[in-house]
Amino acid sequence: MTETHADYRLSQLDQLEAESIHIFREVAAEFEKPVLMFSGGKDSIVMLRLAEKAFYPAKIPFPIMQVDTGLDFPEVMETRDRWVERLGVQLVVASIDDAIAQGVVVDDGKTSRNRLQIGTLLNAIEENGFTAAFGGGRRDEEKARAKERVYSHRDEFGQWDPKNQRPELWSLYNGRLHEGEHMRIFPISNWTELDVWSYIAREGIEIPSIYFAHQRRVFERGGMLMTETPLNPMKQGETAEERTVRFRTCGDITLTGCVESGASTVEEIIEEIAVARVTERGATRGDDKFSEAAMEDRKKEGYF
Amino acid sequence: MATEHTTDTSTESGADVVETVTQRMDLLRFATAGSVDDGKSTLIGRLLLDSKAIFEDQLEAVEATSQSKGYDYTDLALLTDGLRSEREQGITIDVAYRYFATPNRKFIIADTPGHVQYTRNMVTGASTADLGLVLVDARQGLTEQSRRHAVILSLLRVPHLVLAVNKMDLVDFSQEVFERIHQEFTSFATKLSIPDLEIIPISALQGDNVVTRSEHMPWYSGPTLMHHLEHVHVASDRDLVDVRFPVQYVVRPKSDAHHDYRGYGGQVAGGVLKPGDDVVVLPSGMTSKIAGIDLFDREISEAYPPMSVTVRLEDDVDVSRGDMIARVNNAPKPSQDIDAMICWMTNEPLRPRQKLAIKHTTRTGRAMVKDVQYRLDVNSLHRDQDTKELGLNEIGRVQLRTTVPLLCDPYSKNRTTGSFILIDEATGVTVGAGMINSGS
Repeated sequence: MTETHADYRLSQLDQLEAESIHIFREVAAEFEKPVLMFSGGKDSIVMLRLAEKAFYPAKIPFPIMQVDTGLDFPEVMETRDRWVERLGVQLVVASIDDAIAQGVVVDDGKTSRNRLQIGTLLNAIEENGFTAAFGGGRRDEEKARAKERVYSHRDEFGQWDPKNQRPELWSLYNGRLHEGEHMRIFPISNWTELDVWSYIAREGIEIPSIYFAHQRRVFERGGMLMTETPLNPMKQGETAEERTVRFRTCGDITLTGCVESGASTVEEIIEEIAVARVTERGATRGDDKFSEAAMEDRKKEGYF
Repeated sequence: MATEHTTDTSTESGADVVETVTQRMDLLRFATAGSVDDGKSTLIGRLLLDSKAIFEDQLEAVEATSQSKGYDYTDLALLTDGLRSEREQGITIDVAYRYFATPNRKFIIADTPGHVQYTRNMVTGASTADLGLVLVDARQGLTEQSRRHAVILSLLRVPHLVLAVNKMDLVDFSQEVFERIHQEFTSFATKLSIPDLEIIPISALQGDNVVTRSEHMPWYSGPTLMHHLEHVHVASDRDLVDVRFPVQYVVRPKSDAHHDYRGYGGQVAGGVLKPGDDVVVLPSGMTSKIAGIDLFDREISEAYPPMSVTVRLEDDVDVSRGDMIARVNNAPKPSQDIDAMICWMTNEPLRPRQKLAIKHTTRTGRAMVKDVQYRLDVNSLHRDQDTKELGLNEIGRVQLRTTVPLLCDPYSKNRTTGSFILIDEATGVTVGAGMINSGS
């Protein structure tokens, strides 16, 4: 038994956790076939932990799905596999390479793998008949995300219509769907980057090693430090050197930059984040720099 | 390089930072309302800027856009107007949620549009708010919109209200102007249910009384806006007396290790639950005792709002989603005839005989509109009894008959067990927000 709370107050992290667990249970109770989209990054790991808590001691009553870009960090995939094994959940992999081979999406050599995720994901949702897909998106990440509901309705093309969203009142979520439609569910909408890290610290959650400071050969591109890898060949004039870096987000290895940092524990990362003056996406995501509405436009097409 | 990290934590040691962010903070949700030019975006921008919640890359993007549009100032509204169409039109269409934190508290701002045609979005933002922040322009005084916003916040039982009298710099920081608006609003507020009201003179643009105390208004002795937001006491707003536990999900592992485990997952909506308590399960009326309360892998000694826990009962009574656990002598009465205030949220009007889906706590069913008693004019508070329909963004008192009994309380007693949504069964869209007056 834990200590009695004399003033019946919950810390803000406990409040956020309670809200997220409520959402997980609501979806599991009302949707026919939910799935948890899992990238292996910190947000989806926190999501998995929350799902674990929501149904304990029962197992998580839905599978998890990863969109394999073929360009994911190997360390992230290793962490993914350990979580899957520990929780005993079913893993569905939607591979972009397979989607290209099957003609589901077209690799014209110019489109980023990040964009090819959209068609691959939508196809996997349709093929598996998923009616709800949990995502680890947070409203503090981006201004278009800040507008999105916890239950984000998607039509039969997977599209988000930001001008015609369902009102979302109290904690009464409306999960009604028509044939072929699905819902994207964001249980950690109200969490900030700092909340996610605080929770990782509090829960002692295992996350991929690339979040911690390590030596890596990197080169500069577009103001960001990119990983030297055959998957992302350097262009003329770019030179790699070894630096002490860490990642703030986990994504496609060709688009995800790292930051110079000596933070090697979760506590040190929290200290760093607490005073950081650049957002995680601004610091490390090439895919959001294409235009002011890059995220909104991708989301309208079906991105998470 | 665009990626810069300051490592200067001069005021707090690393351990303190971690302690602060993981332990001490509590949460305040507030909804902002105000007319188009009341300076709401500027105020939110300033709160975010001064609490370091705006990052350099975001600010740079906004500065660049402002410049390319030919503005001679940085338009902070570009930070909050997240949608392409909002930026095109320069107006806020939908609720946006913003976050910032001080050492004591985390804040969630529901930034709601002020236009009358977006009343439903304001209702959306206010439904979860602990505090409502209404902005008025000191030059204009109270407008129809500020009154309407106060009415909506009061209808939604947002327990704390702040009226921020903005643009004080444009009225020479006049105490007289402030007093006049103060008086006008407090006399209007007597007609409403506003348990806690604070009226603060500010200049969002210049920062007077927002985070730091204004030197221009020595006659004002109240708190700054930020100080008030940080210290307003919200813990006592919850009902800790009447036990309400809507059953959300039945946890049945059916595994070797937990073969006989049967728990009821849910979020506490009221009261304090403890092992050993005598409880009743509604609507069946079966009684039992709480055998234990689980929070993940721990057993806890009590559960209270808004905790999400799993409750186990001593007896093998039949309990499923949609049921409610309450105390034996303090349970809500199951009702199929509901008297409620409804905010209507769609173009097609609400009409008598109309049938809709209803979701109340974890219970869903169908509802039929028996009668529209009156339409409330949210500007004058006049009750129009001749109208038998509610149009988009209108609020009125409605009688419903439901297919399943609702285990409800008056909304004034409990915002969770007193609220419901109405869903159009053909389109699946949420078309109404309901606040229960009484069930019978």
